[in-house]
Amino acid sequence: MTAPASSTKVRGETILSVDNLVKHFPISQGVLFQRQVGAVKAVDGVSFELRRGETLGIVGESGCGKSTLARLLMRLETPTSGRATLEGKDLFKSSGSELRRVRRNMQMVMQDPYTSLNPRMTVGDIIGEPFEIHRDAAPKGSRERRVQELLDVVGLNPEHINRYPHQFSGGQRQRIGIARALALRPEIIVCDEPVSALDVSIQAQVINLLEQLQDEFGLSYIFIAHDLSVVRHISDRVAVMYLGRIVEIGTEDEIYERPTHPYTQALLSAVPVPDPEAREQRNMIRLVGDVPSPADPPSGCHFRTRCWKAQDICATEDPQLVPRAADPHPSACHFAELRPPLPTA
Amino acid sequence: MTVQPTPASATPEGGHLLELRDLHVEFRTAEGVARVINGVSYHLDAGETLAVLGESGSGKSVTAQAIMGILDTPPALIRSGQILYQGQDLLTRSEEQRRQVRGKEIAMIFQDALSALNPVFPVGWQIGETLRQRAGMSRGDARRRAIELMDLVKIPGAAKRIGDYPHQFSGGMRQRVMIAMALALDPKVLIADEPTTALDVTVQAQIMDLLADLRRDLNMAMILITHDLGVVAGVADRIAVMYAGRIVEHADVRSLYKAPAHPYTKGLLESIPRMDVRGQELSTIKGLPPNLMRIPSGCPFHPRCPYVQQVCVDVVPHDLVLGDGRTSACHFAQEVRDDSAR
Repeated sequence: MTAPASSTKVRGETILSVDNLVKHFPISQGVLFQRQVGAVKAVDGVSFELRRGETLGIVGESGCGKSTLARLLMRLETPTSGRATLEGKDLFKSSGSELRRVRRNMQMVMQDPYTSLNPRMTVGDIIGEPFEIHRDAAPKGSRERRVQELLDVVGLNPEHINRYPHQFSGGQRQRIGIARALALRPEIIVCDEPVSALDVSIQAQVINLLEQLQDEFGLSYIFIAHDLSVVRHISDRVAVMYLGRIVEIGTEDEIYERPTHPYTQALLSAVPVPDPEAREQRNMIRLVGDVPSPADPPSGCHFRTRCWKAQDICATEDPQLVPRAADPHPSACHFAELRPPLPTA
Repeated sequence: MTVQPTPASATPEGGHLLELRDLHVEFRTAEGVARVINGVSYHLDAGETLAVLGESGSGKSVTAQAIMGILDTPPALIRSGQILYQGQDLLTRSEEQRRQVRGKEIAMIFQDALSALNPVFPVGWQIGETLRQRAGMSRGDARRRAIELMDLVKIPGAAKRIGDYPHQFSGGMRQRVMIAMALALDPKVLIADEPTTALDVTVQAQIMDLLADLRRDLNMAMILITHDLGVVAGVADRIAVMYAGRIVEHADVRSLYKAPAHPYTKGLLESIPRMDVRGQELSTIKGLPPNLMRIPSGCPFHPRCPYVQQVCVDVVPHDLVLGDGRTSACHFAQEVRDDSAR
């Protein structure tokens, strides 16, 4: 398989930029005369940039809006407001053939390899389906060969092109999903929890495959996951989300070694470390309570209801996601400060 | 069928609280016979926590269901073996006798609290159901006890929330309701099947803390079934690692993490990304877990094992005792452990 044209482009330049993206799902009441009584603020003002060839990890607990963000970027949802530009083109304004071109450049790997593949289609049809829509991507005669190449690239046997999804294991199915995402030679792949449904020993195989494909094709990944260890392993930069907002963003080192937002610190300290001795040295932060409802988030800082540092200002003033004195990476906390790092085993 | 004593520790006076001896379970399906459990032996003493670790299909949950007597038979069939609770074999008891054990002596909490709770009844009623049915309590008493139990599992405002329905609770709170139900009859053994898998990390930490506190305060023994090597490290005393329906390694938590003595355990520990350790490429276990209808000859792990020799293909490895109460079902257990310790 030949490398896509993008390999000649400059690594590290901004390829996707997202500016103040908002998605509110309306809550309506009434049977005949529906009126809106509120909104679930799933994504509430998110901005970030993705650079060519990098992996941006997005972490957060369920309900923080990370999957909605992925669906917005794929244009599976329409944003309430905000902008996103992909290589200079406005992602949300394009339509028709321009939208098809945009979509071709950005593909997605879904979470659940058991439900994201059509059980009635053969693997060849699943991976070749993008070529039905983007007919110029592979001329009809060469499709089968292209699909077999893709199977080979993701480490599956090209002879299995006529098999059905149920004949594959979970890890192999996720490889099929990855091959489908690669079919149109996109520059960006959005991975929404791509390994969380897999067993530990299979997880590592898929993570290694994703890293190897990134090197080979110069891909940029948006890697959404709740598993902080996996995200650290694969990401160059990491954004931490809480209730629809990014609360801290920085390089993998800044987020994991020098976090300044209390939520990031609590999240990191809660990760179970597979080493009984390292665990005893850690000082854990125990958060109390649950994540508030995104339909009715707290005023000011969304995290203040669970935060041990909360003061009056946290309820009245939204903390901005700006570089803080404690460490020069953006953190949305009025009282951003470093805490002793996790002990390394 | 020969009964192998579990060599992991000496039998205390009067026997173990719970002991499995050479359990074999198979599932008879249209496609053939899946041998899901192939000679599992483990034991549990009062107040200790045993973690049963394994990937999907390793037989860890089926073992628990066999102990509880909630396996669907057919398709499942317990071929042989014993499940001794306080010295009595549960498998020879009548269904009514087993019912007396279930919940009252051995209770279980399940992975997915939302589907394990009945959506059309308030949680208080569901916790109280056990008390009314089994302890013969009146409605009022059951309700009062349900509130106590909800307090015990630290559900805030228990008295106010007793009339709420499962959908009104968050995932973590639902799991607490499940725990309250399991504790209703003061069981001596609590089996927790992937209790935090569906939960977020911060909530997971809360639930694991709660389970550890309850176990200590109520002096329960606990079997924690999980696939998460991280979760186990914090709470368990001993670990039994399962693969293809067998226990391949059995050790106390510290020595297992320090120097795994089975290639499968070693591979698992090396294949998880560590947040506290930076590395390049993850090492992987090659291949796939076996199809349980066609378990490989000899050692079931041999097609995936980096230590494989001809003997592994020909001979089923028996538990090798490695001192300090550890066992490993590997022909090269010493070698693997020495490699890991390096």
